[in-house]
Amino acid sequence: MNTPETSPISLEPERYELHAAPLYHFDLGRREFFKVLGCGVVVLFLIDAVMAQESGGGRRGGRGGQRPAEISAWLHIGEDGAVTVFTGKVEVGQNIRTSLTQAVAEELRVSVDSIRMVMADTQLTPFDAGTFGSRTTPDMGTQLHKVAAAAREALMDLAAEFLKVDRTSLVLAEGRISGKAATETVTFGQLTKGQKLLKSVSDKSAATPVDEWKVAGTSMPKVNGREFVTGKHKYTSDITRPGMIPGRILRPPSFGATLKSIDTKAAEAMLGVTVVHDGEFVGLTAPNTLVADRAVEAIHAEWTTKPQISSAELFDSLKKNAKASPERAGSAEAGTVADHKLQQTYTVAYIAHTPLEPRAAVAEWKDDKLTVWTGTQRPFGVRGDLAQAFGIPEERVHVIVPDTGSGYGGKHTGEAAIEAARLAKAAGKPVKLVWTREEEFTWAYFRPAGVIDVTSSVSNDGTITGWEFHNYNSGGSAIRSPYDVPNQKTEFHSTSAPLRSGSYRGLAATANHFAREVHMDELARVVKMDPLAFRLKNLKDPRLRAVLEAAAKAFGWGTSKAPDGHGFGIAGGTEKGGYVATCVEVSADRKTGSVKVLRAVTAFECGAVVNPDHLKNQIEGAMVMGLGGALFEAIRFENGRITNPRLSGYRVPRFPDAPAIEVVLVNRKDLPSAGAGEAPIIGIAPAIGNAICDATGIRLRSLPMVPDGLKEG
Amino acid sequence: MARVRQLHVNGKDFQIDVDGERSLLSVLRDDLDLTGSKYGCGEGQCGACTVLVDGVPIHSCLATVGGILRRKVTTIEGLEMDGRLHPLQEAFLKTNAFQCGYCTSGMIMSGVALLQKKPNPSEEEIVAGMKGNICRCGAYQRIVAAIKEGAKALQQGVK
Ligand code: FES
Ligand code: FES
Repeated sequence: MNTPETSPISLEPERYELHAAPLYHFDLGRREFFKVLGCGVVVLFLIDAVMAQESGGGRRGGRGGQRPAEISAWLHIGEDGAVTVFTGKVEVGQNIRTSLTQAVAEELRVSVDSIRMVMADTQLTPFDAGTFGSRTTPDMGTQLHKVAAAAREALMDLAAEFLKVDRTSLVLAEGRISGKAATETVTFGQLTKGQKLLKSVSDKSAATPVDEWKVAGTSMPKVNGREFVTGKHKYTSDITRPGMIPGRILRPPSFGATLKSIDTKAAEAMLGVTVVHDGEFVGLTAPNTLVADRAVEAIHAEWTTKPQISSAELFDSLKKNAKASPERAGSAEAGTVADHKLQQTYTVAYIAHTPLEPRAAVAEWKDDKLTVWTGTQRPFGVRGDLAQAFGIPEERVHVIVPDTGSGYGGKHTGEAAIEAARLAKAAGKPVKLVWTREEEFTWAYFRPAGVIDVTSSVSNDGTITGWEFHNYNSGGSAIRSPYDVPNQKTEFHSTSAPLRSGSYRGLAATANHFAREVHMDELARVVKMDPLAFRLKNLKDPRLRAVLEAAAKAFGWGTSKAPDGHGFGIAGGTEKGGYVATCVEVSADRKTGSVKVLRAVTAFECGAVVNPDHLKNQIEGAMVMGLGGALFEAIRFENGRITNPRLSGYRVPRFPDAPAIEVVLVNRKDLPSAGAGEAPIIGIAPAIGNAICDATGIRLRSLPMVPDGLKEG
Repeated sequence: MARVRQLHVNGKDFQIDVDGERSLLSVLRDDLDLTGSKYGCGEGQCGACTVLVDGVPIHSCLATVGGILRRKVTTIEGLEMDGRLHPLQEAFLKTNAFQCGYCTSGMIMSGVALLQKKPNPSEEEIVAGMKGNICRCGAYQRIVAAIKEGAKALQQGVK
């Protein structure tokens, strides 16, 4: 089910849910720009195809050959001086609407509330492959800095001409440009009036150096925060259209089941119900959700099912079905010179993203044109999927992504969009489809389960002499050890897996760090070294050392022993340009089986910090989310059915589970900013496992570690 | 099925005509366009749909409109008074106590109810009082801080 399609785009192997980006060419000519946007100044960011591919951001193109430069963002300053920025990126709670606005405000020296950010609208914004891979800050953030800087320079030129003064005497502040004399002042609007000035910039263009940032780099509150605390923000599921009706889908009883027979008469007899039966697709629309639910129940369907494996057999099956390994690195002589050898197996369960807003879509057809509002991290990809599903050109499909109730890598696909569009087509009215929590738990995709085998060797003085690491199914992200190991062999084995899998915040970096960092702790015990000292002894990477030391210092590592029944644990690692170290204190009771994470300190470095408070918020959130997967989250399944598809059966972290969290930001202004939505999740699980072992001597090697409380190992 | 013809929400009477078996959440959202209350689970587990009925927080996904009758319903849309945010709304803004914001209205409604019962809650009381609300973005620590902040503001009568 999760065979990745080969694609010319360099995506991490475990993004199984992604297929190729669409073959769409968005080539607005100069004239169209001003027709759509009105007179003024427009600055485009041109990204060349090679770069687009390297960053995983390109669209699928022909093999080889010259491809035209792509526009990745543009900015418009209208005749009224209003600044509007267009980007295909999606806001899913990572606060990029705010941080990208800050980037523009910084360069244009205007207040953030005078900037409008148009995001993720396939008719208005340039193509974007998707909001994932922690690429928004390094790519889009940098690009918008450059775009806005170029717009500023263009305005300065215009102002010099307008005021007939020397350009170097001009100062820009608060949306106006002034010369030395009090009369020498002009607003953006005066300068852009009647203009049709189109400029483009590229990666080589300049922007304000990081140490001169005044707006970017500060803790600015969410630009549209008020909308959220008042309940006014319209998520996809809140959108209404004239005449809109709700839809519901009839789901098969198990994965891969096919229809044998169906009787929809009773449902169709209900007032206002329209049933759509098209191949394996069965859905309906109704006047309200209650009638829709009743109508679905009234459908009698028989299904052909096929036997499938259950969670209990999962890990054996993953290893048994492993294919020949595509990813291979290092030599096989793990540990030729060694005083101790250690071999251990670690496992990782399937988990669900469980975004609080389930998948949803509103679809509307008008004269053969389809408009869909949906919460996806890939608006252009979903547009392609819709065009394909309905056999219409992409120009006739318009996808709009309202700021969404989170994704965590779980909303790359467009199932709800296609389903809503199919129902709307049949009903002849706009349709809203909101997946139930149960549907979200069953028909979305999961973070892949995996088995990891580690074999290592270490000499008495604590030097790691050999390292062999095999990951079955969960993925290759961060599979290489950052420690200095002379003989390192790492291998990712794809295998046939029972459930539909896909991206999840941090991808397999969580699984690989869990296995690696727990194993490091085990090795430290073998040679009777302090776990931090053991890591530092085997580590040169200065950035990773810096965060390990920073976290340890803030935590007070090594200054005291954990009190009775408590334990300390540490773990660190690096992923997607972010360096993470986490220390935790747990209390663990062998008798009652209760485990509580009391406090957690994470030190994080991702280059120059863009918005410190939002960054902290992201890191705190990633730690809480990681704690769920560490302790209790697991999807259980049997014969093609998810057996715990509800929040009452699938435990996510709640208030009492959240530890006291401290975040230490290591700000490296000299390094480019990396994204932070994903990497901070990787340290918490192994740190907790190591702390539980410190408290109780029980070594836990499976995620989740204590779904039913702590048990004697 | 008994029909329900009137609902009292945020100080206003709404004339409706709906099946009394429908959930309060769906009527608020789909018939009155009060979409601030969210669907997150439909089984009383997440708190995203929390509204106050006569001042008491309930899961509107599990309540039927037929069971509400003439009682007073308050939703997130009813907290703002004359363009002024409720102090707890202000506190959420001040502490950045959200990321995607999908849990926020439920959190604020539960928090408002908590502060009505316990104007000066301890950390433990906040955690216990809020444990029915899920934030998948994991902003718990900030939400606790927001509620403390809101409590302070309410006690000082500052708006
Ligand atoms: S939607 Fe009502 S508690 Fe989750
Ligand atoms: S802010 Fe996203 S669920 Fe709480």
